[in-house]
Amino acid sequence: MSQTDKGVKSSASLLEVRQLKKYFPVRGGVFGRIQNQVKAVDDVSFSLGRGQTLGLVGESGCGKSTLGRAVLYLQSPSSGEVYFEGERLDARNKPALLARRRDMQIIFQDPFASLSPRRTVAQIIREPLDVQQLGSAAERRERVEAQLNVVGLRQNALNRYPHEFSGGQRQRIGIARALVLDPKFIVADEPVSALDVSVQSQVLNLIEKLQADHGIAFLFISHDLAVIQHVSNVVAVMYLGRIVEQASATEIYRSPKHPYTQALLSAIPQPDPRRKPDRIVLQGDVPSPMNPPSGCTFHTRCPLAVEQCRLENPVLTKMNSSGTHQVACHLAE
Amino acid sequence: MSQRDSSETLLRVLDLVVEFDTDQGVVRAVDGVSFDLQPGETMGLVGESGCGKTVTGLALLGLIPSPPGRIVSGSIEFLGQDLTALAENELRKIRGSDISMIFQEPMTALNPVFRIGNQMSDVLRLHQGLSRRQARAAAIEMLAKVGIPDPGQRVDDYPHQLSGGMRQRVMIAMALSCGPKLLVADEPTTALDVTTQAQVLEQITKLQGEFGMAMILVTHDLGVVAETCQKAIVMYCGRIVENSPIAPMFESPRHPYTAGLLASIPRVRAERVKELPVIPGIVPDLLHLPTGCRFADRCSKVQGRCRQSIPQLQQLADTKTLVACYEPN
Repeated sequence: MSQTDKGVKSSASLLEVRQLKKYFPVRGGVFGRIQNQVKAVDDVSFSLGRGQTLGLVGESGCGKSTLGRAVLYLQSPSSGEVYFEGERLDARNKPALLARRRDMQIIFQDPFASLSPRRTVAQIIREPLDVQQLGSAAERRERVEAQLNVVGLRQNALNRYPHEFSGGQRQRIGIARALVLDPKFIVADEPVSALDVSVQSQVLNLIEKLQADHGIAFLFISHDLAVIQHVSNVVAVMYLGRIVEQASATEIYRSPKHPYTQALLSAIPQPDPRRKPDRIVLQGDVPSPMNPPSGCTFHTRCPLAVEQCRLENPVLTKMNSSGTHQVACHLAE
Repeated sequence: MSQRDSSETLLRVLDLVVEFDTDQGVVRAVDGVSFDLQPGETMGLVGESGCGKTVTGLALLGLIPSPPGRIVSGSIEFLGQDLTALAENELRKIRGSDISMIFQEPMTALNPVFRIGNQMSDVLRLHQGLSRRQARAAAIEMLAKVGIPDPGQRVDDYPHQLSGGMRQRVMIAMALSCGPKLLVADEPTTALDVTTQAQVLEQITKLQGEFGMAMILVTHDLGVVAETCQKAIVMYCGRIVENSPIAPMFESPRHPYTAGLLASIPRVRAERVKELPVIPGIVPDLLHLPTGCRFADRCSKVQGRCRQSIPQLQQLADTKTLVACYEPN
């Protein structure tokens, strides 16, 4: 893990997630009994070093956003543990959790829905400081103004409302709000998906710069493998609530080992008309997480599936001696 | 413009202008758009949100919501007939039979309270005069064609019982059921995941060949355009800035906006780049457009005359590329 710590002696990682599960009950019938469960996140473990970015990629419904929220305890996990700087997060200890949130922030996907239309930009960016009761009114104002500069907005934005800004500018406001507490860790949940290409790259460059300047660690969630490659040190691919492959960004793009990762990579339309895609087109749809297939949950769509895949669920296994490349597939080698 | 005989041309749009009334004033969403489309040809209509690509697509089918919108001037010649001059009931005969459309969000485009089979049958009975039973059989056949498993069962499903990819297939089946000569597909795969997108695009392309129809693919995704289209139009602030066959456009884009757009797409690369190229600034507000070229404020090659008058779309010598720029690359 990286040694870019801020004066804390740490060979351990900043964030440690162990066997995290988040199940949602499905109620039905006259009495609203629990009839089934959606296993949105099912036994996920990973660790994240200071100033590192873990890119979490997967298709809609794979549980990546739920994982992001569960890590922050915005939705308490059903089971499993999250350690932040060696300290276990606990939903029952509200004051401790609130104090921890100073170091853990989130940027949301939709820059339209995630900013209150009735608050000015200054109020929006200041809110985390208000919640944490940090500094005097003057100090808070000063911090808010400083954040505007950091994200590249003009000072005259302060007293305006979100609807006066474009999508890209709104996302900058959301980023300023996440930065105002000077956090050590940010969950960025599809931060550029709602933006046009020309603006997308501006915001991605901003996130990269912030990470370099402030040493913030990111859990960067996206469905877009190209975006993930650009920002991540390590990439984890999720399918139906589980991580099926995890490796360094260089490694996973150079030699993807899980058939799902291979299919995902080959499915991206390339802006190059001469390149005739050598495409693995998956059959069918993602199965319902309410009753996932037996064995390997990907076997229903996997072009390589054999009998064993229908019966046994593969576990995440180390593919190299250093353990940086892990794959959950019976056939990977 | 194409030098070919116009009797061969399927669609000829000439100087199309579409305006919308808003609280803040009149917005000209499409400002003088012209292009030709030959039978069987696939054309991409590309640009960022608000550039007028969707409005152009809607105008072709006479679907501009009015009020607040209206076609102010220009013509849309489809097989020699000006669609802008047709009455609503005449347009309705063409819409869904000769020209068809697929929308971005299949959940909102399908009626949630009717079975998909009934919705498909309506189109067939209206345009082809089939009986109820014939229409149902034709609907099942179309569902099978677009790759829906168990079409005999699925025909009685309601839209909410289908996944996003399936719903989009149903939309495609419905759009193609009368064998249109032109399909307008507005961001048909934007709401879908990449693996589903790959399935749906493959299906559309296959059926297009089978039916021999022309297609206008409205999209912001240049990757999709590169893989499916023969030529493309790039729009910016209601105007066409470049119209070119695909290969030259992606190899050497002539308009600085096209070049910027192509450079800034995040793509999976062999080596990770330190910083992504960007187009600086933001798209100007359609209510307060600059006098000259609308891209001038964001353009690295901007010169004096770019700010004085709008460059017109012109064919570059010895190419099939049309570009609206005083300083094309």
